Amino acid sequence: MSLDPATVRRIAKLARIRLADDEVPRLEGELNAILGYVEQLSEVNVDGVQPLSGGAQMAMRLREDAVTDGNYPDKILANAPDRIGNFFAVPKVVE
Amino acid sequence: MLDMSIAEALAALAAKKISAVELTDAHISAVEALNPRLNAFITITADQARAQARAADAARAVGNAPALSGIPIAMKDLFCTEGVRTTAGSKILEPFIPPYESTVSARLKAAGAVMLGKANLDEFAMGSSNITSAYGAVENPWQRDDGAKLVPGGSSGGSAAAVAARMAMGATGTDTGGSIRQPASFTGIAGIKPTYGRCSRFGIVAFASSLDQAGPMARTVEDCAILLGAMSGFDERDSTSADRPVPDFRAACARGVQGLRIGIPREYRVDGMAPEIETLWQSGIDWLKRAGAEIIDVSLPHTKYGLPVYYIVAPAEASSNLARYDGVRFGARVDGADLIDLYERTRAAGFGAEVKRRIMIGTYVLSAGYYDAYYLRAQKVRALMLRDFNEAFATVDAILTPTAPSAAFAIGEKMDDPVTMYLNDVFTVPSNLAGVPAMSVPAGLDARGLPLGLQVIGRHFDEETVFAVSATLERAAGFTAMPAVRAGASS
Repeated sequence: MSLDPATVRRIAKLARIRLADDEVPRLEGELNAILGYVEQLSEVNVDGVQPLSGGAQMAMRLREDAVTDGNYPDKILANAPDRIGNFFAVPKVVE
Repeated sequence: MLDMSIAEALAALAAKKISAVELTDAHISAVEALNPRLNAFITITADQARAQARAADAARAVGNAPALSGIPIAMKDLFCTEGVRTTAGSKILEPFIPPYESTVSARLKAAGAVMLGKANLDEFAMGSSNITSAYGAVENPWQRDDGAKLVPGGSSGGSAAAVAARMAMGATGTDTGGSIRQPASFTGIAGIKPTYGRCSRFGIVAFASSLDQAGPMARTVEDCAILLGAMSGFDERDSTSADRPVPDFRAACARGVQGLRIGIPREYRVDGMAPEIETLWQSGIDWLKRAGAEIIDVSLPHTKYGLPVYYIVAPAEASSNLARYDGVRFGARVDGADLIDLYERTRAAGFGAEVKRRIMIGTYVLSAGYYDAYYLRAQKVRALMLRDFNEAFATVDAILTPTAPSAAFAIGEKMDDPVTMYLNDVFTVPSNLAGVPAMSVPAGLDARGLPLGLQVIGRHFDEETVFAVSATLERAAGFTAMPAVRAGASS
């Protein structure tokens, strides 16, 4: 499987990363090199194998569905690039 | 004072031979003298360090000195530190001052450790050479015969360089595919990636959540044990934190290996490995045999698939984790005509080339139509790798391998394409995928005078055996070489 320039642009769009035109050929080469390298996994017989999603040797814990934290908007907003009152501010989304 | 181990410094502090203020001042001077060259720290917190040292002396004076009271350390700049800028080596977090503290750094603080500053790293911990940091490369304090500037390894390259150069007595690292062990090997120090779940991930900037694990780096195995004891423990704020007691890691260092069965995996003999590494591995086998261990050949048949699995799983998780950097809630923003434009411009400007590459690979392998072929298949092979380890550990107590296939390389070498760089992690990645603990111990020098490490891999939650084997190797190797660039060295 090999990526073409249009696919590279589509992935960048999905990843929300703006690409300059001259970045596309370089990324196409690099991404194809990585995908070519991982191709060898197709030779492994994985019939009947359950996928392993994590390194933890345990079941996920559950906790009480209750508020345990919060109520400090100024702390939360201290790093906001832009804010209006107790809200994060972004460019207008709906006209 | 700068050459002391943490264990020695704790004894000297307890005996009132030195004060925490003296010890910290000596290290701050070392940081100020060497950091302009080595670039091991992104942020230096000298004033806070002095205040912590004074507090440590005051606490000790009234007989209340916790485990690491007065020990100056470096904190990898991936751990959120309340009120102290945390960049993850990325431009996108350049303005970020965390309003909270990571669990591991909070535990170290509570144990009395003095934080000298935030250590440099590859951007978002993605790299094996520390050259992807937006804050500049770190120079390895070791020098090769040709005088070329060497990389310290990565991603915990600043932590490794700081400890090797005597700028800090120990450091925190994180290890997703080898980021503690490979830089430890490249700089002649010790470092352990504990079992997944041993140290809380809360407050560590996430890279690949099913693989990331924090651990200590220091100049001796025992120092790593002391640090890990303070860093470990259950934390309800990390859903994968292990709720089990923290053993006495330091005591385990003295256990020895009499009667232990040590596995030698034949699949770790790879083409192109430096002959000195092969020889060093054999020395390690001989040392353990002489100390009373039984050596057993084992097989980990899926070893060669570790890197391809890793380069699907880690980017997939990274592409999800790094979606949060959108220029809205924290971090840098580049304004745009609309919200999508803002996201795309912010992320284009804020991320470096390696991070973009991995986000894009991750986005692709998780995208509709490719998920099964790449991500699901990789998870199944990952399961087979865990099975390999479980089967090996049915017959052996620990596994001995080299840490990395080469010694430190020069800035510019191995950088032709991403895949060549990724091969650095061939011996370290499998233990992250399986979640087992693994430690690198400095064990020898190559023909050009550069340090090489041996790796000890243990069963899940059996760091004690890893420490016992590692300390035995350390005693037998008698590694006393020191880097050319270090505090206190005449230059």
